[in-house]
Amino acid sequence: MQGIMESIQTLCSGDHGNEGFMQDDEDEEEENGVGRLTSWAELLGFGLAVFSEAIAPQLQCFCDRTLGFAVGQGGSREAWIKAVAMAMSLVRKAVKKGWVGALAPAARVMSQALSTASEPITLDIPVPFKAHKVETPSVTVETSAQELTNFFKTMFIMRRMEIAADSLYKSKFIRGFCHLYDGQEAVCVGMEAALNDKDCIITAYRDHCTHLGRGGSVLEVFAELMGRKDGCSLGKGGSMHMYNKKGGFYGGNGIVGAQTPLGAGLAFAQKYLKVEGVTLAMYGDGAANQGQLFEAMNISALWNLPVIYVCENNHYGMGTAEWRSAKSPEYYKRGDYIPGLKVDGMDCLAVKQAVKYAKEYALQNGPMVLEMDTYRYHGHSMSDPGSTYRTRDEISGVRQERDPIERIRKLLLSNNIATVAELKTMEKEAKKEVEDALSKAKESPSPDSDELFTHVYRKGYGAKAYGADRKEVVVKLP
Amino acid sequence: MAMAAAAPTVPICHGRRASPCSSKQVSVSVSVAMRAWASKSSSLSSSSSKSPRLVAAHATAVATKEAASTTSSSQGGHELLMFEALREGLSEEMERDPKVCVIGEDVGDYGGSYKVTKGFSEKFGSWRVLDTPIAENSFTGMAIGSAMTGLRPVVEGMNMGFLLLAYNQIANNCGMLHYTSGGQFTIPIVIRGPGGVGRQLGAEHSQRLESYFQSVPGLQMVACSTPYNAKGLMKAAIRCENPVILYEHVLLYNLKEKIPDEEYVCCLEEAEMVRPGTEITILTYSRMRYHVTQAAKTLVDRGYDPEIIDIRSLKPFDMYTIGESVRKTHRVLIVEECMRTGGIGASLRSAIMESFWDELDGPIGCLSSQDVPTPYSGPLEELTVVQPHQIVTAVENLCGKK
Repeated sequence: MQGIMESIQTLCSGDHGNEGFMQDDEDEEEENGVGRLTSWAELLGFGLAVFSEAIAPQLQCFCDRTLGFAVGQGGSREAWIKAVAMAMSLVRKAVKKGWVGALAPAARVMSQALSTASEPITLDIPVPFKAHKVETPSVTVETSAQELTNFFKTMFIMRRMEIAADSLYKSKFIRGFCHLYDGQEAVCVGMEAALNDKDCIITAYRDHCTHLGRGGSVLEVFAELMGRKDGCSLGKGGSMHMYNKKGGFYGGNGIVGAQTPLGAGLAFAQKYLKVEGVTLAMYGDGAANQGQLFEAMNISALWNLPVIYVCENNHYGMGTAEWRSAKSPEYYKRGDYIPGLKVDGMDCLAVKQAVKYAKEYALQNGPMVLEMDTYRYHGHSMSDPGSTYRTRDEISGVRQERDPIERIRKLLLSNNIATVAELKTMEKEAKKEVEDALSKAKESPSPDSDELFTHVYRKGYGAKAYGADRKEVVVKLP
Repeated sequence: MAMAAAAPTVPICHGRRASPCSSKQVSVSVSVAMRAWASKSSSLSSSSSKSPRLVAAHATAVATKEAASTTSSSQGGHELLMFEALREGLSEEMERDPKVCVIGEDVGDYGGSYKVTKGFSEKFGSWRVLDTPIAENSFTGMAIGSAMTGLRPVVEGMNMGFLLLAYNQIANNCGMLHYTSGGQFTIPIVIRGPGGVGRQLGAEHSQRLESYFQSVPGLQMVACSTPYNAKGLMKAAIRCENPVILYEHVLLYNLKEKIPDEEYVCCLEEAEMVRPGTEITILTYSRMRYHVTQAAKTLVDRGYDPEIIDIRSLKPFDMYTIGESVRKTHRVLIVEECMRTGGIGASLRSAIMESFWDELDGPIGCLSSQDVPTPYSGPLEELTVVQPHQIVTAVENLCGKK
């Protein structure tokens, strides 16, 4: 940011009076069908190119207006953004008056993008929070066009990825167990909006999208699902064992509920090492009845660990509905002495608000429980049709009324952040991204045979592991 | 954040487990006899145990001083009991690396039910010596979770048998995470605690978990038997990047030995030569080492020359040392405290047979505990465990009467 503004400053030289279009403050907003540039680098780079072609006599005034504005507003990031937006609109005026004719559409688009992308939009969360031993957070959320657009794109990619995994499973590219997350995307996407790289996430086996949210790539996910070399765990983990150390994602655990003490341990390490972060230990409504969860809650409350227990309540523990497996299905209250919140898990903004609130709480006071009221469209896993214990009407009803992607779509349209056509373009791009990743993953080879014995121990230990028939023995005597 | 310091309370006998003080009293009464054995056996062991040590490339031995430094005849050195040696090793590692912490029941204010962590709470603070509630499954899981981020926790099971409650965490998460994450996470955890048959502790408190954990891939297992190797193995286990289970024995905590003043680390994967010989290789570990050395006295009197090796490393086996010995003696007897079915002896027997079939003159003998829950009654309990006279008989059968 600093460097870019310095470059703009160097363009300003000489003495120029205020002339012509610079005096005119009026803007005109125009819709056009060009896709938005969302990368800062792209945007500002292009902007610089435009600036450098602006008429010299106008530059001084131009820079005074923009830089002066930014500095005058305190030099904050928002101020700079507004300043550059203003610069864009000034250029647009120049374009209107014929100064830089060929660049008109681009300038227009950029100014629009910049001026509105990060402007805060305030929205209300429709479904209220329910609280246990704590105050509810405010239902008013601040977001921005950029954030909502990102929500849409990310959730759409996740949805396409899970549906592609469905057909991969049916065509036997994926074997074993495959637990799909479609319907629940809002939980992991909303969470990521409130977290940073100091925070850790650990979850159960429904982890494909969580892995993506923490910085994994679709290629890694597909390759791992198919057991190929390019997978995030080198093909040795599979669907239930996806990890991303750099992104702070600790898996990916196959045994129901076993990740909750691990999560408490991650929070313990954060507190021990004095890292200002929280751990989100995620589990489902089925795992909520595991003893080790209560043990972990007890210890984390005793030691004030910065852990947030996130119960993704999709109302079915495999084939058993929650009312048949839990005496008290109010999972946010089951922490007892640990405060809890019940959140509409199909609403990204509600999830973001709750996690933000819980993070502040956990860093000060210790653990908290968040129950995300969400739903999965697929069955428990690909071996489960998903309709023997619930009706198809129920599934399609939730899809119609509460689908997280549709919700964001409506928000984007009603707040004029994007048009139907722009959304279609985004969807196409997302589908293409997923398809490209899929074909690349299909080309990825299987791991080599000696990968079988690597990573059992770290750095080996002198003796070597044997093959199954013990023919590759390596005990050499002189 | 600081935990309230509680004054140590009088231990109450819960239905679930014996009060630790009663087992301490028991071990004190045994220790008199053990000390007699120990001083004799340690002089036996220390004179021969440090002969040509095969140090694998990765060994973390700090001291390069050779054998003589551990004998009681050396200059310096200090005498201590086994639990003090463990304490010393643990304390040195905690001073060396601030990421080492201890997690367990009653390890903090109480000082550890076998006094291994006595004084640690005052020295290192309550955030490094963590008293947990009685929740083995979750605190082992927590230790594993924190190890994933780089901490080096030492988990103490008050009795190894209680770690059965944490079996899922140890087998699935501890052992397998390095593999299933494609090498992204290492779990440099140490799980330690006393196990084995004590003095009438009852079936549930006399378990030998080596057999249950031995097939979990990704774990390393070591069993200590003397104060010297207890301290050395403790230090090595903490420094090791792999998860290590360190098996101690309830009846060995009051063994006394002189150990060097200077810092030393034992090799985790190496076996210890207790007594070199030529006629038969006796492989043993933990408490059975003392039964074997006692039997050896009788055997030597009768003209046999047994070679006694304390295998120490239960996973992986030190096939090099064992192989060298088998080449020399051509006869093998395994003496262990594990159960007969599926125990360490069973795996060791098959590994030796596979690799050294041509060197063997006869079948490998294996003396293990009986496949029964350990009875409470004293005489019956003695019958479940291998006794020295049985070892003598077995050697005579394998080598032929003299």
